[in-house]
Amino acid sequence: MNERVLEISDLCVDYPTRAGIVRAVDDVSLTVYGGEVLGLVGESGCGKSTLGMAILRLLRLPGKIVGGKIVFDGQNMLELSEEEMRRLRGARISTIFQDPMTCLNPLQRVSDHFIETIRTHGSQDKHEARRQAAQLIDRLGIRTERLDDYPHQFSGGMRQRVMIGLALALNADLIIADEPTTSLDVIVEAQFLDLLRDLQQQFKLTIILITHNIGVVAELADRVAVMYAGKLMELAEALPLFDTPLHPYTKGLLSSVPNISLTEDHLQIMSGAPPDLINPPPGCRFHPRCPRVRERCRVEEPPFKEVRLGHWTACWLYEE
Amino acid sequence: MPESENLVEVRGLKKWFPVQKSFIERLVTRQRQFVHAVDGIDFDICRGEVFGLAGESGSGKTTTGRLILRLEEQTDGNIVFDGVNLASLSKEEMRRMRQRMQVIFQDPLASMNPRMKTGDAIGHSLMIFGAARGEEKRRRVLDMMERVGLTPAHILYNKYPHQLSGGQRQRAVIARALILHPDLIVADEPIAMADVSVRALLLDLMLQLKQDFNLTYLFITHDLATAKYICDRIAIMYLGRIVEMGRLTDVYRHALHPYTQALLAAVPVPNPRFRRTTAMPRGEIPNPINPPIGCRFHPRCPAARADCSKDEPELREVQKDHFVACHG
Repeated sequence: MNERVLEISDLCVDYPTRAGIVRAVDDVSLTVYGGEVLGLVGESGCGKSTLGMAILRLLRLPGKIVGGKIVFDGQNMLELSEEEMRRLRGARISTIFQDPMTCLNPLQRVSDHFIETIRTHGSQDKHEARRQAAQLIDRLGIRTERLDDYPHQFSGGMRQRVMIGLALALNADLIIADEPTTSLDVIVEAQFLDLLRDLQQQFKLTIILITHNIGVVAELADRVAVMYAGKLMELAEALPLFDTPLHPYTKGLLSSVPNISLTEDHLQIMSGAPPDLINPPPGCRFHPRCPRVRERCRVEEPPFKEVRLGHWTACWLYEE
Repeated sequence: MPESENLVEVRGLKKWFPVQKSFIERLVTRQRQFVHAVDGIDFDICRGEVFGLAGESGSGKTTTGRLILRLEEQTDGNIVFDGVNLASLSKEEMRRMRQRMQVIFQDPLASMNPRMKTGDAIGHSLMIFGAARGEEKRRRVLDMMERVGLTPAHILYNKYPHQLSGGQRQRAVIARALILHPDLIVADEPIAMADVSVRALLLDLMLQLKQDFNLTYLFITHDLATAKYICDRIAIMYLGRIVEMGRLTDVYRHALHPYTQALLAAVPVPNPRFRRTTAMPRGEIPNPINPPIGCRFHPRCPAARADCSKDEPELREVQKDHFVACHG
């Protein structure tokens, strides 16, 4: 539980555009520990998906990593060749994306997806691999007769479950899940989250869960990182983050999220909108919208610091 | 004659879409198959209320919205708008009736002409219906832009949709819907694509505008958490039928139908201490081409009994203004 699986240091990702350079990820440092679910939340343009893609070195052109390090298993991944990265991605780092059809081969049966993975990384015997595949798919809550279907014959929820299954078959060190439930209906989403939680606890899976859905993060994450305009605003374990958010952005975000379990509550409104990433505001990125803004916030960017044990934030309120 | 309390009355509404088949398939299977998108629903929308229509994929909620707007022709049933049966109207009469019912779709970028300036897009219907032109049109558009918070209006007037933020675009779509002062707004997932922090703002805006303009909303959504903050009454749809309907607080606090209970319990709660205790129904939503016989939910229902697989339950009022379609 304490082993460092992934260490991101001072990562910067740029997207050159005609209007200027968008600094999509700005100086982000994060550690992911074995067996934890690290939630990465934020709104559109915050850089969370870009960060996930950067770890996998799957940034869409013209996106480029322009600074920092990503250390996985003692190696800086940014120094690896594309061939070495490809082997890592297949073998050690697994993904669950919003649209599972983009990760599954439409011409290959589901059974073959599993068997291929199992035979590459485990048992070589075809029959043994198939037996393991059947066992796995049963654990996923899918009837074993469906094993020989093609991906398009599976529903969206089933395909997402197949993605978890493939990660398990790989015995992946790290799973990156980017909006895994956004395209699912709410009951299927609940079934999927229940399954993921079970399997994560049983197999001590290490997951980076990237989502804008605060409810999903609350259900699964051990620790939560909040991003805004390319920067990390706050990082803490789930309970302290939700109970006592330190950063005004986090506070505003959490109070503006609908909560079906409450009655007689009101949604807080956050004024303004996320900033232009080509010309971000000087000082703290959030200052134009911050209800606690002071002079220093407008000119100087606050450092990301551990303000309480295990609870980090970048805010001048905690600097004095 | 006193004005009816109901702005919209829907009775026995059905919409079946024929399934496209290849030539061989048509030869082999003689019968035509249909997607039972909306399969017999009744509800009323009271003047001035926000009526929610909620459900997952394939529930028929979006199709119902489109039927009320007459973007689709119903297979069966009646839609009465302000006392007028819409099917009885001529094309020209329906065209004029459209001023009184407007729509807000989910994706503002997709529902705005990328080559039209925002101000022109908002005022376009004024021109179409001959309500205003030139300076008068511009004045009314700028006024509406102020009302929806699309400011500075005279600058944003000339911007194209891609130059606006997501929240601004959705305000533009709302302004466009309101410019003719309609009675009814059909809003289909109006805030689903907006950022989390902007959604509260848009909901608040919609409620304020409802008051300012005497509006009635049909609020179509899959997001029951959001619906809680805006809907007065709500109907839960499953596979083309309404399974439960009533005042929002009654349905949410005393859900009667097992599907409603599961749906409410499934919504992720932004509180890490909260643990879901209700078991989820097994399986997924079946194919709407051949819905299950009897109650459509029975194959997945934890409380299913013998008669559930034989007779489809009717929507009955079991408590004051609380309807449910369930044998249990």
